[in-house]
Amino acid sequence: MESHIATDVAVERSRGRSLRATAINLIGPLTMLAGVTWAFLQPYRLTLLHPHGQGFWWLLSEPPLYVVLVGLVFAVLVAPGVVADLQEAEDAAES
Amino acid sequence: MLPRAEFVHWWFATGFLVIGVLLVAEAVVGTEVWRRRPWRAYLWPGFMFLMGVLMWPVMVFYTNSTIHMLAHGSWAQAMMLAGGAELALVRGKIRSPYWRLATALGLAVSGAAILIHEQNGWLFARAAFLHHAIGWTAMVGAGLLLLRAFRPRSTALQAGVAVVFVLIAVFLYSDRDTAPIFGHMSPLAGEPRR
Repeated sequence: MESHIATDVAVERSRGRSLRATAINLIGPLTMLAGVTWAFLQPYRLTLLHPHGQGFWWLLSEPPLYVVLVGLVFAVLVAPGVVADLQEAEDAAES
Repeated sequence: MLPRAEFVHWWFATGFLVIGVLLVAEAVVGTEVWRRRPWRAYLWPGFMFLMGVLMWPVMVFYTNSTIHMLAHGSWAQAMMLAGGAELALVRGKIRSPYWRLATALGLAVSGAAILIHEQNGWLFARAAFLHHAIGWTAMVGAGLLLLRAFRPRSTALQAGVAVVFVLIAVFLYSDRDTAPIFGHMSPLAGEPRR
Protein backbone atom coordinates (compact mmCIF):
# COMPACT_ATOMS: atom_id res chain seq x y z
CA MET A 1 0.00 0.00 0.00
CA GLU A 2 1.29 3.46 -0.83
CA SER A 3 2.21 5.38 2.27
CA HIS A 4 0.00 8.43 1.57
CA ILE A 5 -3.05 6.18 1.09
CA ALA A 6 -2.34 4.46 4.41
CA THR A 7 -1.96 7.88 6.04
CA ASP A 8 -5.28 9.05 4.54
CA VAL A 9 -7.08 5.99 5.89
CA ALA A 10 -5.56 6.54 9.34
CA VAL A 11 -6.58 10.20 9.28
CA GLU A 12 -10.13 9.31 8.21
CA ARG A 13 -10.42 6.72 11.02
CA SER A 14 -9.06 9.17 13.54
CA ARG A 15 -11.52 11.81 12.35
CA GLY A 16 -14.47 9.40 12.70
CA ARG A 17 -13.35 8.41 16.19
CA SER A 18 -12.88 11.99 17.20
CA LEU A 19 -16.35 12.88 15.90
CA ARG A 20 -17.99 10.08 17.86
CA ALA A 21 -16.03 10.92 21.00
CA THR A 22 -16.99 14.58 20.60
CA ALA A 23 -20.63 13.59 20.17
CA ILE A 24 -20.55 11.57 23.39
CA ASN A 25 -18.82 14.41 25.23
CA LEU A 26 -21.48 16.83 23.96
CA ILE A 27 -24.55 14.85 25.05
CA GLY A 28 -24.26 15.85 28.71
CA PRO A 29 -23.50 19.57 28.18
CA LEU A 30 -26.22 19.88 25.52
CA THR A 31 -28.76 18.28 27.87
CA MET A 32 -27.70 20.65 30.63
CA LEU A 33 -27.93 23.57 28.21
CA ALA A 34 -31.48 22.52 27.30
CA GLY A 35 -32.44 22.56 30.99
CA VAL A 36 -30.84 25.96 31.59
CA THR A 37 -32.48 27.43 28.47
CA TRP A 38 -35.84 26.07 29.62
CA ALA A 39 -35.30 27.64 33.06
CA PHE A 40 -34.69 31.03 31.43
CA LEU A 41 -37.70 30.68 29.12
CA GLN A 42 -40.08 29.56 31.89
CA PRO A 43 -38.61 30.75 35.20
CA TYR A 44 -41.99 30.20 36.91
CA ARG A 45 -41.31 26.46 36.58
CA LEU A 46 -38.57 26.85 39.21
CA THR A 47 -40.45 27.32 42.45
CA LEU A 48 -37.09 27.54 44.24
CA LEU A 49 -36.80 31.05 42.78
CA HIS A 50 -39.91 32.12 44.70
CA PRO A 51 -40.28 29.51 47.44
CA HIS A 52 -42.53 31.49 49.78
CA GLY A 53 -45.86 29.73 50.26
CA GLN A 54 -44.92 26.70 48.15
CA GLY A 55 -45.67 23.21 49.43
CA PHE A 56 -43.28 20.26 49.63
CA TRP A 57 -44.22 18.75 46.24
CA TRP A 58 -43.96 22.08 44.43
CA LEU A 59 -40.50 22.63 45.90
CA LEU A 60 -39.43 19.11 44.98
CA SER A 61 -40.70 19.38 41.40
CA GLU A 62 -38.23 21.49 39.44
CA PRO A 63 -38.33 20.02 35.91
CA PRO A 64 -35.63 22.25 34.32
CA LEU A 65 -33.28 21.22 37.13
CA TYR A 66 -34.14 17.55 36.51
CA VAL A 67 -32.98 18.01 32.90
CA VAL A 68 -29.75 19.69 34.05
CA LEU A 69 -29.21 16.87 36.54
CA VAL A 70 -29.64 14.18 33.88
CA GLY A 71 -27.04 15.92 31.69
CA LEU A 72 -24.67 16.36 34.61
CA VAL A 73 -24.89 12.73 35.74
CA PHE A 74 -24.36 11.52 32.17
CA ALA A 75 -21.37 13.84 31.65
CA VAL A 76 -19.71 12.87 34.94
CA LEU A 77 -20.55 9.19 35.37
CA VAL A 78 -21.20 7.74 31.90
CA ALA A 79 -19.50 9.76 29.15
CA PRO A 80 -15.82 9.41 30.29
CA GLY A 81 -16.03 5.60 30.36
CA VAL A 82 -17.77 5.44 26.99
CA VAL A 83 -15.13 7.66 25.36
CA ALA A 84 -12.31 5.59 26.91
CA ASP A 85 -13.90 2.35 25.67
CA LEU A 86 -14.45 3.86 22.23
CA GLN A 87 -10.77 4.77 21.95
CA GLU A 88 -9.71 1.33 23.20
CA ALA A 89 -11.94 -0.40 20.67
CA GLU A 90 -10.66 1.78 17.82
CA ASP A 91 -7.05 1.24 18.84
CA ALA A 92 -7.59 -2.52 18.99
CA ALA A 93 -9.18 -2.48 15.54
CA GLU A 94 -6.28 -0.49 14.09
CA SER A 95 -3.48 -2.68 15.54
CA MET B 1 -50.87 14.93 50.43
CA LEU B 2 -50.59 13.17 47.07
CA PRO B 3 -48.41 14.99 44.52
CA ARG B 4 -50.32 16.52 41.62
CA ALA B 5 -50.57 14.47 38.45
CA GLU B 6 -48.19 16.73 36.52
CA PHE B 7 -45.45 16.22 39.12
CA VAL B 8 -45.64 12.48 38.54
CA HIS B 9 -45.57 13.09 34.79
CA TRP B 10 -42.38 15.20 35.20
CA TRP B 11 -40.71 12.45 37.24
CA PHE B 12 -41.50 9.87 34.59
CA ALA B 13 -40.37 12.39 31.94
CA THR B 14 -37.00 12.38 33.68
CA GLY B 15 -36.93 8.58 33.48
CA PHE B 16 -37.69 8.71 29.74
CA LEU B 17 -35.03 11.39 29.29
CA VAL B 18 -32.46 9.18 31.05
CA ILE B 19 -33.35 6.26 28.77
CA GLY B 20 -33.30 8.53 25.70
CA VAL B 21 -29.87 9.96 26.53
CA LEU B 22 -28.45 6.47 27.14
CA LEU B 23 -29.92 5.21 23.85
CA VAL B 24 -28.46 8.19 21.97
CA ALA B 25 -25.02 7.38 23.39
CA GLU B 26 -25.40 3.69 22.49
CA ALA B 27 -26.43 4.64 18.95
CA VAL B 28 -23.37 6.89 18.59
CA VAL B 29 -20.74 4.37 19.72
CA GLY B 30 -22.45 1.12 18.72
CA THR B 31 -23.64 -1.75 20.88
CA GLU B 32 -20.25 -3.52 21.07
CA VAL B 33 -18.49 -0.52 22.58
CA TRP B 34 -21.48 0.33 24.77
CA ARG B 35 -21.42 -3.14 26.33
CA ARG B 36 -17.67 -3.19 27.02
CA ARG B 37 -18.53 -2.41 30.64
CA PRO B 38 -21.24 -4.85 31.68
CA TRP B 39 -23.01 -2.47 34.08
CA ARG B 40 -23.66 -0.08 31.21
CA ALA B 41 -25.64 -2.69 29.29
CA TYR B 42 -28.09 -2.95 32.20
CA LEU B 43 -28.65 0.78 32.53
CA TRP B 44 -31.55 1.57 30.21
CA PRO B 45 -33.34 -1.80 30.53
CA GLY B 46 -32.99 -1.43 34.31
CA PHE B 47 -34.48 2.06 34.20
CA MET B 48 -37.34 0.81 32.03
CA PHE B 49 -38.09 -2.00 34.48
CA LEU B 50 -37.84 0.35 37.47
CA MET B 51 -40.25 2.79 35.83
CA GLY B 52 -42.67 -0.09 35.32
CA VAL B 53 -42.45 -0.99 38.99
CA LEU B 54 -42.95 2.65 40.03
CA MET B 55 -46.00 2.90 37.78
CA TRP B 56 -47.89 0.52 40.10
CA PRO B 57 -48.16 3.04 42.97
CA VAL B 58 -49.34 5.58 40.39
CA MET B 59 -52.08 3.15 39.38
CA VAL B 60 -53.03 2.48 42.98
CA PHE B 61 -53.11 6.08 44.23
CA TYR B 62 -54.43 7.95 41.17
CA THR B 63 -57.85 6.41 40.87
CA ASN B 64 -59.76 9.47 39.67
CA SER B 65 -61.25 7.34 36.88
CA THR B 66 -61.37 3.66 36.01
CA ILE B 67 -59.99 4.23 32.54
CA HIS B 68 -56.95 6.06 33.97
CA MET B 69 -56.38 3.24 36.43
CA LEU B 70 -56.49 0.68 33.61
CA ALA B 71 -54.16 2.81 31.47
CA HIS B 72 -51.62 3.18 34.30
CA GLY B 73 -51.82 -0.57 34.95
CA SER B 74 -51.20 -1.38 31.29
CA TRP B 75 -48.18 0.97 31.21
CA ALA B 76 -46.78 -0.66 34.35
CA GLN B 77 -47.06 -4.11 32.79
CA ALA B 78 -45.76 -2.98 29.40
CA MET B 79 -42.68 -1.28 30.86
CA MET B 80 -41.92 -4.21 33.16
CA LEU B 81 -42.25 -6.65 30.26
CA ALA B 82 -40.03 -4.53 27.99
CA GLY B 83 -37.43 -3.85 30.68
CA GLY B 84 -37.48 -7.46 31.88
CA ALA B 85 -37.01 -8.88 28.37
CA GLU B 86 -34.13 -6.48 27.62
CA LEU B 87 -32.50 -7.28 30.98
CA ALA B 88 -32.79 -11.01 30.32
CA LEU B 89 -31.27 -10.54 26.85
CA VAL B 90 -28.33 -8.60 28.28
CA ARG B 91 -27.83 -11.20 31.02
CA GLY B 92 -28.03 -14.04 28.49
CA LYS B 93 -31.00 -15.73 30.16
CA ILE B 94 -32.81 -15.55 26.83
CA ARG B 95 -31.01 -15.57 23.51
CA SER B 96 -33.38 -15.07 20.61
CA PRO B 97 -33.11 -11.49 19.30
CA TYR B 98 -36.84 -11.63 18.63
CA TRP B 99 -37.36 -11.11 22.36
CA ARG B 100 -36.70 -7.47 21.46
CA LEU B 101 -40.22 -7.55 20.07
CA ALA B 102 -41.37 -7.39 23.71
CA THR B 103 -40.16 -3.77 23.82
CA ALA B 104 -42.00 -3.02 20.57
CA LEU B 105 -45.11 -4.64 21.99
CA GLY B 106 -44.73 -2.68 25.23
CA LEU B 107 -44.53 0.63 23.40
CA ALA B 108 -47.44 -0.30 21.12
CA VAL B 109 -49.63 -1.23 24.10
CA SER B 110 -48.59 1.95 25.92
CA GLY B 111 -49.33 4.09 22.86
CA ALA B 112 -52.69 2.43 22.30
CA ALA B 113 -53.62 2.83 25.98
CA ILE B 114 -52.78 6.51 26.02
CA LEU B 115 -54.72 7.13 22.80
CA ILE B 116 -57.74 5.13 23.90
CA HIS B 117 -58.02 6.66 27.35
CA GLU B 118 -57.97 10.24 25.99
CA GLN B 119 -61.60 11.00 25.25
CA ASN B 120 -61.13 14.51 23.82
CA GLY B 121 -59.77 15.84 20.52
CA TRP B 122 -56.24 17.15 19.93
CA LEU B 123 -56.96 20.82 20.71
CA PHE B 124 -59.38 20.39 23.62
CA ALA B 125 -56.65 21.27 26.12
CA ARG B 126 -52.93 20.89 26.53
CA ALA B 127 -53.37 17.55 28.32
CA ALA B 128 -55.47 16.22 25.41
CA PHE B 129 -52.92 17.43 22.86
CA LEU B 130 -50.11 15.78 24.79
CA HIS B 131 -52.01 12.49 25.11
CA HIS B 132 -52.44 12.35 21.34
CA ALA B 133 -48.85 13.44 20.69
CA ILE B 134 -47.40 10.90 23.12
CA GLY B 135 -49.67 8.13 21.88
CA TRP B 136 -48.74 8.55 18.23
CA THR B 137 -45.05 9.06 19.06
CA ALA B 138 -45.14 5.80 21.01
CA MET B 139 -46.77 4.05 18.05
CA VAL B 140 -44.01 5.33 15.73
CA GLY B 141 -41.48 4.15 18.33
CA ALA B 142 -43.12 0.73 18.37
CA GLY B 143 -42.75 0.58 14.58
CA LEU B 144 -39.06 1.49 14.82
CA LEU B 145 -38.51 -1.12 17.54
CA LEU B 146 -40.28 -3.70 15.40
CA LEU B 147 -37.87 -2.97 12.56
CA ARG B 148 -34.91 -2.96 14.98
CA ALA B 149 -35.75 -6.52 16.03
CA PHE B 150 -34.99 -7.60 12.47
CA ARG B 151 -32.11 -5.15 11.84
CA PRO B 152 -30.43 -4.85 15.27
CA ARG B 153 -27.26 -3.21 13.90
CA SER B 154 -29.01 -0.34 12.13
CA THR B 155 -27.68 2.92 13.59
CA ALA B 156 -30.55 4.89 12.05
CA LEU B 157 -33.15 2.71 13.80
CA GLN B 158 -31.27 2.91 17.11
CA ALA B 159 -31.08 6.68 16.81
CA GLY B 160 -34.77 6.84 15.86
CA VAL B 161 -35.76 4.88 18.97
CA ALA B 162 -33.59 7.18 21.11
CA VAL B 163 -35.28 10.27 19.65
CA VAL B 164 -38.70 8.75 20.38
CA PHE B 165 -37.82 8.39 24.07
CA VAL B 166 -36.47 11.96 24.24
CA LEU B 167 -39.65 13.24 22.52
CA ILE B 168 -41.86 11.39 25.00
CA ALA B 169 -39.84 13.02 27.80
CA VAL B 170 -40.38 16.47 26.26
CA PHE B 171 -44.13 15.84 25.95
CA LEU B 172 -44.39 14.63 29.55
CA TYR B 173 -42.44 17.65 30.78
CA SER B 174 -44.93 19.84 28.89
CA ASP B 175 -47.85 18.59 30.95
CA ARG B 176 -49.49 21.46 32.80
CA ASP B 177 -53.07 20.50 33.61
CA THR B 178 -55.50 22.61 31.53
CA ALA B 179 -53.03 25.17 30.16
CA PRO B 180 -53.80 26.22 26.56
CA ILE B 181 -51.88 24.82 23.63
CA PHE B 182 -51.22 27.02 20.59
CA GLY B 183 -53.92 29.37 21.85
CA HIS B 184 -56.70 26.87 21.11
CA MET B 185 -58.70 25.36 23.94
CA SER B 186 -62.29 24.35 24.44
CA PRO B 187 -64.15 26.51 26.99
CA LEU B 188 -65.25 23.20 28.53
CA ALA B 189 -61.65 22.34 29.47
CA GLY B 190 -61.56 24.68 32.46
CA GLU B 191 -59.73 27.84 33.33
CA PRO B 192 -56.51 28.26 31.32
CA ARG B 193 -53.23 28.42 33.22
CA ARG B 194 -49.60 28.88 32.26
